Amino acid sequence: MDASTWVAKRTPPNALARLFDYKPFLIAVCLFPALGLLLAFLTYPLGLGIYLSFTDTQIGGNGKWVGLENFIDLMEDPIFLQSVWWTFVYTAIATIGKFALGLWLALLLNDNIPFKSAIRAIILLPYIVPTVLSAIAFWWIYDPQFSIISYVVVDQLGLRDKYYDFLGEPWPARWSLIVANIWRGIPFVAITLLAGLQTISPSLYEAAMLDGASPWQRFRRITAPLLMPILAIVMTFSVLFTFTDFQLVYAITRGGPINATHLMATLAFQRGIPAGQLGEGAAIAVAMIPFLVFATLFSYYALGNRKWQQGSDND
Amino acid sequence: MDRFTRRDAFKMGTGVALGATALAPDAMAQAGIPVANVPLPNQPAEAGATIRVIRPSKFVEADEAVWNENQAKFIKATGIQVRTDYVGWEDIRAQVAVAARTGAGPDVVAGWAADPHLYADKTLDMTELAEYLGKKYGGWGPLPERFGKKFGTNQWLSIPMGCGGGALVWRKSWVNEVGYSSPPNELDRFLDMCRKLQKINRPVGFALGNAVGDGNGTATWLLWSHGGFQVDEAGKVTINSPRTIEALKYAAELYKTFIPGTLSWLDPSNNKAYISEEVSVTPNGVSVYFVLKNDPKYAKIAEDTQHSRLPGAVGTRYPETANVLNAMVFKHTKFPNASKEFIRFMMEAEQYDPWLTKCLGYWAHPLLAFDKSAAWTGDAKVLPFRDAQKMPHWIGFKGPISAASGAVDAEYVLVQMFASVCSGQATPQEAAKEAERRITRIYRRAA
Repeated sequence: MDASTWVAKRTPPNALARLFDYKPFLIAVCLFPALGLLLAFLTYPLGLGIYLSFTDTQIGGNGKWVGLENFIDLMEDPIFLQSVWWTFVYTAIATIGKFALGLWLALLLNDNIPFKSAIRAIILLPYIVPTVLSAIAFWWIYDPQFSIISYVVVDQLGLRDKYYDFLGEPWPARWSLIVANIWRGIPFVAITLLAGLQTISPSLYEAAMLDGASPWQRFRRITAPLLMPILAIVMTFSVLFTFTDFQLVYAITRGGPINATHLMATLAFQRGIPAGQLGEGAAIAVAMIPFLVFATLFSYYALGNRKWQQGSDND
Repeated sequence: MDRFTRRDAFKMGTGVALGATALAPDAMAQAGIPVANVPLPNQPAEAGATIRVIRPSKFVEADEAVWNENQAKFIKATGIQVRTDYVGWEDIRAQVAVAARTGAGPDVVAGWAADPHLYADKTLDMTELAEYLGKKYGGWGPLPERFGKKFGTNQWLSIPMGCGGGALVWRKSWVNEVGYSSPPNELDRFLDMCRKLQKINRPVGFALGNAVGDGNGTATWLLWSHGGFQVDEAGKVTINSPRTIEALKYAAELYKTFIPGTLSWLDPSNNKAYISEEVSVTPNGVSVYFVLKNDPKYAKIAEDTQHSRLPGAVGTRYPETANVLNAMVFKHTKFPNASKEFIRFMMEAEQYDPWLTKCLGYWAHPLLAFDKSAAWTGDAKVLPFRDAQKMPHWIGFKGPISAASGAVDAEYVLVQMFASVCSGQATPQEAAKEAERRITRIYRRAA
């Protein structure tokens, strides 16, 4: 047999192999797990929630389509309107508090301090503890009879003659919850901002110092702008977490006193599950979606969409 | 023996065999409980049944311990596998809801009073078992009968297993100190006593926060003791009435005698406050006394603690209700008879009486024969808890037990009505009107 007549023998690929060589099929197969997960665990629950909000479903029963009735009803419900207002106030104040304190903490941690990594680990503690546990701790701290704060101020220092009533009146209760939320949220902000700070090249600070920049100028001209992209992301997440907060409020006040501290999330649960009005609860939850989308877009575009993020100058 | 015989025996005979030999309830009836001779209900357990039960978590240790012992006895006697999950008090409604909606999950739910009424079309009919138990054990008390039967019918939806009643818990020495031998039944004199207690710095405390049990307990006591009710028999909203206004005015006066902070009290708050001697009088279940009695360091407080009915009763129309532990079986169970057998077994005196007795009155019996139980002769102080099943009111009084009455309770409408007047945020008229608006809305939506 001479070489000129030799024909390379290639076993023709079998049907399965051919199928996997077929691009559209391959794409579909590779996407399926991800799409399946998204559909099953994201699209379906969300879609079901939105559907329920247009029905009068009660727990354990089947509802019928009522169109916008739930939403129209809610517009006339002072408790719902108050919860919307309070959700905004809570989110705004708590986010500002978390960012001010978290940024400060991040700046402190970014300096050279002894036991740096140990301290950073400790800082994360409030974030690691399950929310319900920290909520119960705060519930004790705010207890009308057994508050440690009242005990120290009244029984030990004698500065007051009455115990604090943290949760018995609307505004003290609201501030108490905000403080608890800030306490819990700081580590997340501080640690992520710290990560952002560490990406800033020290040479920039050195150059600024050679030019005689004051610490404030260095913060204002170098730290702040370079931190902005990560700040935008952290801000987005923080707003979302705070806006949808549930556990702290539910464990500490259950929406009380009266309904002063009901967030939209707690009210949605209250109406939807214990009170059984699934449709109405879903409507309250769905009413949060536009606000959440807006908050996301706002922090993303207003804070994040700068030219230098895409690599060009910020002129 | 071939396997067909054995299988047949399982299939057809288990229920009969249970009653006849292994358990023989009549033969071993608990001493002192009068028992009528009634044939067992016809519910032969399915072969190889395994059932799952959920019930509320214990507040007192023995509750769970004796339940588990009884369950082990049942497993041993029948070969039916049973698993009981103890669920947090506030989570049980949600779990029942999910089970009802998905048609999966526990077979037996020993849950809260109203749930069988909400899921009436998803639960098995219990009439035969309920009538058997009623005939055998001297009849059902009015409260469990109300919660067992479908409103306005004689069809039983569930088997009430216990009535967690309340009573006024009070410190004898302090009440005596202000000139009363015991808290008076007349509301004006009760107010006077509370005022005097506050003057000697021994204030009373009634929960007014969003507390499922205690908050609603305070609110309904105030409402019913003044003759008010949220809806009439047909479900028409009647909350905005002169009686409610009276109740609200009384509450505002009484609130002035409370320890500070009751507006944020949740269910455990009054227990903590009473045990630490911060309050002199508070309404509660037997759990406070149970803690005091079982801990030597509280012996002095336990000794000084007394219980009595809440004030404002007219004859036997006590202005109270009780928390009914109401057992139902979902239609989705694969083992309806085994599930019913389990409930029957737990309700028979051999099992029920030890549970009742060791729980120190935590769950009062729904069946009147157990009035004679040793549970109520041991410690005279728990006697007021014996009569929980005789309370004439229920959540949603006077209307049907429904999703709406449950929602009024779960949304704390009545609690908040009283709390808003007590805190000075609303006048009695405004508060009653707001409650009327909310109750009307809830009843309209649920209709």
